Amino acid sequence: MKKSLEIRWHGRGGQGAKTAALLLADVAFKAGKFVQGFPEYGPERMGAPITAYNRISEEPVTVHSNIYSPDYVVVVDDGLLENTDVTHGLKEDGAVIINTEKEKEEVLPLLHDYKGAVYTLNAKDISLKTLGKNYPNSPMLAAVVAVSGAMEPGTFMKEMEASFHHKFAKKPEVIDGNMKALEMTFAEIAKSC
Amino acid sequence: MAVRERLSGNEAVAYAIRQINPDVMPAFPITPSTEIPQYVANYIANGEIDTEFIPVESEHSSMSAAVGASAAGARALTATSSCGLALMWEELYVAASNRLPLVLALVNRALSGPININADHSDSMGARDSGWIQIYAESNQEAYDNFLQAYPIAEHKDVMLPVMICQDGFITSHGVENILLEEDEKVRAFVGERNPEHYLLNPEETLAVGPYAVSSYYMETKRGQRQAMINARRVILEVAERFREMTGREYGFFEAYRMEDAEYAVVLIGSAAGTCKAAIEQIRSTTGKKVGLVKIRVFRPFPEEEIAAALADVKAVAILDRSEMFSATGGPLGAEVRAALYQARGRAEAVNYFYGLGGRDITVEDFCQVYERLERIAAEHEITDMYDYIGLRSR
Repeated sequence: MKKSLEIRWHGRGGQGAKTAALLLADVAFKAGKFVQGFPEYGPERMGAPITAYNRISEEPVTVHSNIYSPDYVVVVDDGLLENTDVTHGLKEDGAVIINTEKEKEEVLPLLHDYKGAVYTLNAKDISLKTLGKNYPNSPMLAAVVAVSGAMEPGTFMKEMEASFHHKFAKKPEVIDGNMKALEMTFAEIAKSC
Repeated sequence: MAVRERLSGNEAVAYAIRQINPDVMPAFPITPSTEIPQYVANYIANGEIDTEFIPVESEHSSMSAAVGASAAGARALTATSSCGLALMWEELYVAASNRLPLVLALVNRALSGPININADHSDSMGARDSGWIQIYAESNQEAYDNFLQAYPIAEHKDVMLPVMICQDGFITSHGVENILLEEDEKVRAFVGERNPEHYLLNPEETLAVGPYAVSSYYMETKRGQRQAMINARRVILEVAERFREMTGREYGFFEAYRMEDAEYAVVLIGSAAGTCKAAIEQIRSTTGKKVGLVKIRVFRPFPEEEIAAALADVKAVAILDRSEMFSATGGPLGAEVRAALYQARGRAEAVNYFYGLGGRDITVEDFCQVYERLERIAAEHEITDMYDYIGLRSR
């Protein structure tokens, strides 16, 4: 991984893009990094486009602005591609990761000729197979870790498992499903490399 | 050993409140400070602290209840933002003039209108003349550290003034960052207990708080408040020194960052300081130009002489305001820093720019441009735009 990474998340209010950014900050912190995770709020309503950000670094981070030239972009809702230039400012040696049920070829025309790497992930499918419900956060989190190398996959899995045990102390039956979702995502991303 | 954590600014302040376990917290929710009373209510519900939480119907009442509790002898606090602070206006003055050492966790947010939930300093800057001590933070760490120092400053017998601990809405309040937290026992020993000299619930000494003052008394109470602010200068530094002994982290009236040889300086308050520091490192490493920053921590009392001394050797300075005061000139920080420079016969060219109103972002690149402008101003000895904006759209 580079010495410091900047990641921008695009989602809609209520879909968990902010939560995913905070989870990434959490797990990167546990892996010993300096982190920032913060949302940018527009109008506060369900369904409105929202942006969230992460900085992950080996050094303390003091910058408090939004991120305009991210290393990676994560799109939690492919419906945003129609109206939002999600790759705006995205570095060409970076990548965009899109949660979509569509084939990659179908979304490429919506990416404004972005020259860097494009990953698509059917997080809904992974989530339905492993958890029986559509919770795209865990797969998208694993995808950004797999693509960016923000931390070692082994460290990531270990920290996520600990965090699931804490979070789902009263629902241990969902821990395995969540872990499987992460594993499936890593396998999917490895396939698309 | 301090504990390494990652917390949002609101979580950090709530954590400090848990460690202090104050007596009374009346509160009314308003974005972006709502989480603070919410987390504290959780701590209370979980039995971790025994603070008396008073849900009230408005901020006028939350500050009134805090005033009453503090006058009774309790350690009181509340939290608010923006219009919530505006609704407390009357009580802010009541708290300060009655010399009540309560604490307000303020999460800075723009005042209406247009209605806006994001960070700027128009709320607390509007309250700058209310008699409160005001301390501002760049980061979550500073919001936490400042909160731990609030009661020792407020309750010092030579001060006895309310303290406003300010942080930037969303930018620090909702942003998660790494933070070092001190242990509970150390914090409790540092903050200590409130031992009021005079208080309403003392049966041995009958007392009136807030009576009418005729003209022959009013002015002396104002002189007393000013003396308390003068004394606060010394006490703020003493408390900071004790804090440094406990944590190793240093605080003063302001942070002079790379100012030892600086020719061009920025003066500002709050979270944008971190972005400015990144610009300074970038400029110094790529061009070698001597740029620096004075980040104000204590705005009330205003460290006039110290700021002038910090800026004595710079060629040009840009004072950045995150709030308007509609004087049709500059902003409040600009006016006070320029007055300080005048008193000290300062020679630096000084300009005053507005930035960040209603949450408008300010970037490393913006700061680089500010330093370039300062260099031109110093070279040409001519200021074409004494008052200007950073990041204002042309249409």
